[in-house]
Amino acid sequence: MGLITELLKGLRVTGGTMLRTITGREMVTTQYPHEKRQKPQRFHGRHVLNRYPDGMEKCIGCELCAGACPADCIYVRGRDNDPDDPTSPGERYGYVYEINMLRCIFCGLCVEACPTEAITMTHLFEFSTTNRRDAIYTRDELLMDRNGNVPHMFPDDPLIDDEELLSADGWVRATAPSGRVAYQGVQMWQATPGPASWEPEPSQDVIDARSEPEDG
Amino acid sequence: MNWAEAGIVVLRVVLVFALLLGATVINVWAERKVVADMQSRIGPKRAGPWGILQTVADALKLLFKESVTPSNAELATFMLAPFLAAIPAFLIFMVVPFGAPFTIGGNEVILQGADLNIGLLFILAMSSMAVYAVVLAGWSSGSKYPLIGGVRATAQAISYEAAMGLAMVAVVMFTATQGEGGTLSLAEIVARQDGTWAGFIPKWNLFPQVVAFVIFMVAIVAETNRAPFDLVEAEQEIVGGYHTEYSGMRFAMFFLAEYINIFSMSAIAATLFLGGWNGPTWEATLPAFVSALLPTVWFLLKTYSIIFIFFWLRATVPRLRYDQLMSLGWKRLIPAALTWIVVSSVAIGIRQFGLPWG
Repeated sequence: MGLITELLKGLRVTGGTMLRTITGREMVTTQYPHEKRQKPQRFHGRHVLNRYPDGMEKCIGCELCAGACPADCIYVRGRDNDPDDPTSPGERYGYVYEINMLRCIFCGLCVEACPTEAITMTHLFEFSTTNRRDAIYTRDELLMDRNGNVPHMFPDDPLIDDEELLSADGWVRATAPSGRVAYQGVQMWQATPGPASWEPEPSQDVIDARSEPEDG
Repeated sequence: MNWAEAGIVVLRVVLVFALLLGATVINVWAERKVVADMQSRIGPKRAGPWGILQTVADALKLLFKESVTPSNAELATFMLAPFLAAIPAFLIFMVVPFGAPFTIGGNEVILQGADLNIGLLFILAMSSMAVYAVVLAGWSSGSKYPLIGGVRATAQAISYEAAMGLAMVAVVMFTATQGEGGTLSLAEIVARQDGTWAGFIPKWNLFPQVVAFVIFMVAIVAETNRAPFDLVEAEQEIVGGYHTEYSGMRFAMFFLAEYINIFSMSAIAATLFLGGWNGPTWEATLPAFVSALLPTVWFLLKTYSIIFIFFWLRATVPRLRYDQLMSLGWKRLIPAALTWIVVSSVAIGIRQFGLPWG
């Protein structure tokens, strides 16, 4: 008899699951190319080289990302800025910037190493290429344009989801929105890569004064 | 026999053939859909509306694939085995009535491949024949795992066919009390389940023979090598079992035979226990052709309810261990079936002749 009751218990589980699936309450499958799941906020997708809101590149060609990379997949060569028409606010800028996506393990150490938050990760994850050479992303493919859009190697690919770029990214963009590296210890989040859309941060003493009454 | 009658016979056979192939297309798809639903997945949905042409796509793929022959294979037997599997599978359904007989142009047409008066015996014979295909396929592949699968098939078929036959005996004994003398003809068995008890309970063999029904269900699941009794083709243990070395259309034949067997066995269960094509036809209110088709609809409905149980079991129960399979067959099902035959024959005897002391 134990056999039969156990069998009925099992049948109840599968039957119940079937009813819940048919009525759409328990479907785990997403119809991937047609509908895409919201990725976790800190999803480690492909990299992007950010710009300041004024269009300046954040990368200063320091090669710290290349040094931090455990897979040795980043190659950077810096070059001095033209004093009359600077590419980045610093002394130098990333003249050559390549990431070999076949070697990259998406650990995010480059993002942590970057002193200017120039390199962050997006939610893009559709990398497939028919050619190894195409998997090496160069500066052209990594650097966002002045409107904050990340270029894609195959922009006509039906799998490319432009909405992806506008959905939450979540990487810490700690630099002040004014474009100067005036980090005040307050981390801010922005849903999209691209020019910051928030108000300039107040200085630290203003923030301290603001939060004091609440702290009691 | 005139030409019209001969034509009707040919048409009947073609109809059965088409019905089985069509049912297989639906069954493979339905199984994948049902199991997907039970696992919170979607299942096939690309080929045709709701993915219903998935089986056709699969068959086409197999048709274009190479049929590999292992170098150790016993060639003649190796080539013969798939057909040996498919032919009995088709033949079993030949004796199952799948609709009410009707008259067209003065000729009576029975919706059945052939009304054999030894129908049940024929079914048992053919389902035993199907085991040969598995055993020969396993042996002739010249490979270890198929051989193990074939040996398992022999033992399993012998154990469970006994229980299946004994369950049928109880039904045949009960059927004999419902009309004039005993019968093994499925058409006659269906005819004797017509009507109701007490005005609302359908006169199905299921109600008086519920124990036989349960035994029969377990036995046919084992007989068709379906989960949880699919030790013959246990992927995790012996690769693909007897069809490991088969590919292309030869493999498709085994696949076809398996699904036809599921359909036929479910149809037989529906015929023996659920009253076959019996059901309300509302001849007075509905147009004549609808009333003529309704019995087939009832038959398919009953058959598919049983097939659904097959799918449900497959999605639920893990595979039995080999000794569990054997002990369930020999220590539980066969004694239960024998006991049930005794109980049921005593009950029939008392109803016919009264109490021995009365």
